[in-house]
Amino acid sequence: MSADDVSESRLQSAVVQPIPDDWFRPRSRKKHGAERLVRPSTSYWKDTWIQFRKNKLAMGGLAFLIMLGIMAVIGPLLSHYNVTAQNLVMQDLAPSPAHWFGTDNLGRDVFVRTWYGARISLFIGIVAALADLLIGVAYGGLSGYKGGRTDNVMMRIVEILYGLPYLLVVILLMVVMGPGLLTIVVALSATGWTDMARIVRGQVLQLKNYEFVIASKSFGSGTARIIRKSLVPNTMGPIIVQVTLTVPSAIFSEAFLSFLGLGVQAPFASWGVMVNDSLSAILSGYWWQLFFPALFISLTMFAFNIVGDGLQDALDPNLRS
Amino acid sequence: MSDQEPLLQVSHLHVTFKTHGGRVSAVRGVDFSVNRGETLAIVGESGCGKSVTSLSVMGLLPASGKITQGSIRFDHQELTRLTKKQMRRIRGVDLSMIFQDPMTSLNPTLSIGSQMTEGLVHQNKVPRSEARKRAVDMLKLVGIPNPQERMKEFPHQFSGGMRQRIVIAMALICQPKLIIADEPTTALDVTIQAQILELFGRIQRETGVAMIMITHDLGIVAKIADRIAVMYAGEIVETGNKRDIFYHSRHPYTKALLDSIVRIDLPSDELHPIEGAPPDLFSPPAGCAFSDRCPFAMEVCDHVQPPTTWLDLHHRAACWLLDKRAQAVREAVEK
Amino acid sequence: MAKYILKRFLEMLLTIWVIATLTFVLMHAIPGSPFNTSNGKSINAVAMKNLEAHYHLDQPLPVQYLIYLKSIITFNYGPSIRQPTQTVNDLIGQGFPVSFELGMWTLIVAIISGIALGVVAALKHNGIIDYLAMTIAVLGISIPNFVLATLLIQEFAVNLVWFPVGTWQGVSYMVLPVIALATGPMAIIARLTRSSMLEILNQDYIRVAEAKGLSPVLIVFKHALRNALLPVVTVVGTLAAGILTGTFVIEKIFAIPGMGKYFVDSINSRDYPVIMGTTVFYSTILIILLFLVDIIYGWLDPRINLH
Repeated sequence: MSADDVSESRLQSAVVQPIPDDWFRPRSRKKHGAERLVRPSTSYWKDTWIQFRKNKLAMGGLAFLIMLGIMAVIGPLLSHYNVTAQNLVMQDLAPSPAHWFGTDNLGRDVFVRTWYGARISLFIGIVAALADLLIGVAYGGLSGYKGGRTDNVMMRIVEILYGLPYLLVVILLMVVMGPGLLTIVVALSATGWTDMARIVRGQVLQLKNYEFVIASKSFGSGTARIIRKSLVPNTMGPIIVQVTLTVPSAIFSEAFLSFLGLGVQAPFASWGVMVNDSLSAILSGYWWQLFFPALFISLTMFAFNIVGDGLQDALDPNLRS
Repeated sequence: MSDQEPLLQVSHLHVTFKTHGGRVSAVRGVDFSVNRGETLAIVGESGCGKSVTSLSVMGLLPASGKITQGSIRFDHQELTRLTKKQMRRIRGVDLSMIFQDPMTSLNPTLSIGSQMTEGLVHQNKVPRSEARKRAVDMLKLVGIPNPQERMKEFPHQFSGGMRQRIVIAMALICQPKLIIADEPTTALDVTIQAQILELFGRIQRETGVAMIMITHDLGIVAKIADRIAVMYAGEIVETGNKRDIFYHSRHPYTKALLDSIVRIDLPSDELHPIEGAPPDLFSPPAGCAFSDRCPFAMEVCDHVQPPTTWLDLHHRAACWLLDKRAQAVREAVEK
Repeated sequence: MAKYILKRFLEMLLTIWVIATLTFVLMHAIPGSPFNTSNGKSINAVAMKNLEAHYHLDQPLPVQYLIYLKSIITFNYGPSIRQPTQTVNDLIGQGFPVSFELGMWTLIVAIISGIALGVVAALKHNGIIDYLAMTIAVLGISIPNFVLATLLIQEFAVNLVWFPVGTWQGVSYMVLPVIALATGPMAIIARLTRSSMLEILNQDYIRVAEAKGLSPVLIVFKHALRNALLPVVTVVGTLAAGILTGTFVIEKIFAIPGMGKYFVDSINSRDYPVIMGTTVFYSTILIILLFLVDIIYGWLDPRINLH
C-alpha cells in the first residue's frame, strides 16, 4: 500500500462518468460579494429573547411566575373566605370543594392564605431585589467609575461587609427594629447589595475605557449622566441575572425569618409563617397545612432559579451558535 | 520493508464532526506521509482542517469528531484500529504534540518539574529521581537557565517564550519518534518566534526526531520544512519539497497563497489577498473546493473533483489544469 | 505567602471589630432598658439600679463599649439577663458542641457529595447523569431546608420509622438533620463544580496531559480537579455561614439541644446579652473560617503568592 495506489483509486472514482471536452475551457469568473454573514444581525435584547425561548425549562419557569403573579392578585378574590377570618367550627378540614386547600387550626381557608402568602413573598422578593439593584448599581457604579483611591476604599468596605454572616446581621436588625414586613425589606436590602455592587463595579471597570464613554466625557457630560446614560444600559446582562437570583434568596430569607418568629406577624400570612404554624399539625396528619405553602415556596424558588439560569445562558455570547 | 515504510502514512483520511447545525466534513480524503527524521509542514488558512488532521493522528479528536474513513499507519501500527488504552501507550512515548498557546499549555497549579516528569513516571515507569535528572537535561537542551532550581517554579513565573521552551522540552522528554507542532510560534513575539524556530532546527539535528509543523505562516515553512503539504477546505491540494512548492507550484491555491505574502524585497506595495471565502463544509462542493475563488476555473472544476496528478516522485497536485485536456488553458495561464 | 497571611489576618481582625461594633450599636439603639419586661411586671428602682450596675449599664457609653470590647477579646460574654444563673459562656459551652457537630458533618457531607455530583455531571456532560444531577441540584437549591426537614421527618421518622428524631444521641439521630441541612449547600457546590470542571476540561493543558498519554483518572484527579475546585473553595465560607444559620431552624424542628435553640429563645425573649454574645461568637468563628479558606486557597493556587 503506498500513496500512489490511494490516489490512483481516487482518480478512478473521479472519472466514472465521461467529462465533456467543452468543460475544459475557462468559465466566466464568479462574482464575490462582501463576506456573507451567516446569521442575520438582531438586536441584543431580541437575540437574548430568542435564545431564552429555546430553553423550555426556563420558559416553563417564566410561565409559572406569571401565573403566580396573576393568582397573587386575583386568587383571594376567587374565594369568599377572608384571609384572617377564624372559624372554630371548621378547624383542620381536609381539602374539599368548599375549602380547596383545606383549613388550618383556626379554621382559616388555606387557599386564600396561600395567595396572600404569594403576595407577601413576591412583594418582599421583588422589593428586596430592586433595593439591592438601586444601592448596588449606585455604589458599584460610582466605585468602578471613579476608580483609584475611591474605588479602593469603597471595595475594602464591601469586602468587610461581605465577611459578615448576613443572616445573623438580618436577625440582629430584626430584633432591633421589631418584626414586620417593612423591617424585613429594610434588613434584607441593608445586607444584600454587596454582591450586586461587586458585579456592577466589574462591569463598569471593563466598560469605562470604551470609546463611547471617553467620547461622552469629552463632550463634558457629568459623572452621574455618564453612569446613567452610557454605562448602565451596557452592563445590564449580568445585573439582570443577579436580580433574578436575588428574588428567590429574599423569599427564602423571609420564610426563614418568619420561621424564627421574626417575620410577618399574625394575622397576616406569609408562606414562612404558614409553614411554621403547621409544623405541629403535620404530626397530626393535617398535611395540607404544610404542603401548600411549602410547595409554593419551593416552586417559586425553583422557577426563579431556572429563569435566572436560562437568562445567564441566553446572555452568554459563547453559547450562541 | 520496515525501513522502506515511512514513519507515518496517512491515507484517504476522512473526519466528520457532529454539530448542532449538522455534519461538518472537516477532513476529506487526506494523504500524506512523514519519513523518519524529516519535517513536513502542513500549510493552510484557519479552518482548513490542518489541526483536525493532527488531532486525528494523536487520537485526540473531541467526542463530536469521528474518523469515518481512511488509515493512519505509524511505526508499523494501524492507529485507527487501536483501543484507547493502546493508543495511550503510544501518545507521549513515540508520538508527542506541541500546542499553539504556551500561556495555556501548562497547568497553572502544578510545578514545572511535576509536569515535566509525569509522562516519564507514569508512562515509561522511570523512577522519579531519574525522571527529574532527565527533565533537567531537557530544560538545559531547550535553553532554560538554572534548570535545577526552576523545576520547582510554576508556569506564571516564566515568560511566554520560556514557557514554549518548557512545552517543547516536555514533548521531547520521552524521546518520541514524531512530534506534531500545531502553530507553535503563532502566539509569540516575532523575535521570540525566530529563537523558537532555531530551537526546533537544533533539536532535530541533535535528536533526529521527525516533525509535522502545522502553520499558516509560509515564512516558518521556508525556514524549517523539508517537505510541504498545502491544505484547503479539508483536502491536500499540493504536496512537494520546499523547492517544488516555492518555485514550481502547480496549484492555483498554492500560487495565491505565495502571492499573498507581503514581500518587502519587491518594489510593489500592493497587497494580494485571496478573494472570497472557503466553502461551507456542511455541504462540501461537488467539484474542486477552490473553484469559486480560482482565477483560472473551468466548467469542469465546478462539477467534478480534480484527480491527483504526480508531477515527479515527490511533487503532486490536485487540479484540473494539469489534465491534458486543459492544455490550452494551462498554456494561456502560464503566459 | 507570609505577607499574604498577615494581610488577611489583619483584615480578619478588622472584620471582627466591625461586627462587634455593629452589634453594640444596634443593641444600644433599642429604646428603653432591657429590664422593661414585656409581661408588665415592674421592677423597683433600687433593684433596677443594682441590675444596671451589674451589667455596667450605668456607665457612660464609651466605657460600656470598652468593657464590651474587652469581654469579646477575653471571650467572656457575661451573664444572661433572662436566666441570671447562667452566663452566655455557659450557654455556648452547652449548646455549641452539639451545633458544631451538626454543622461540621453537614459541611463535610455537602462538600464531598457536592463535588462528587459536580464532577460526575461534568464528565458525563449532556448525558442522562448530567441532567439528573443538575435537576437534583436545582431542586436542592429551591427547597428550603426547613421544608425538607419536615418532609424528611414525615417520611422517614413518622411513616417508615427508619430514624429516630428529637434530641441528639448518636449517629442515627444525625442522619435526617444532616441531610436536611446539607442538601442546599451540596446543590450549590455541585453546580459550581460542574461548571468550573467543564471549563477546565476545555483548557489546553488538559489536552497537553492527554497528549502525554496520561490515564483519564490521573488527568481528572491531578490536572483538572485541583483547578476546578478553586472557585468552589471560595464559596465554602459563605456556605458555612448559611449552614450555621440553618442550624437554628433545623435544631428547632428536630428538637436538637444545640446553640440554635438558645439563640432562638434569646431572640424571642429579647435576652440581649445572649443575642450579642452569640452573634459575636458565631461571627468570629465564621470570619476565622473565611480566613482559613483563604489560606487554603493560597496554598492551592500558587499564583496567589505574588500578590
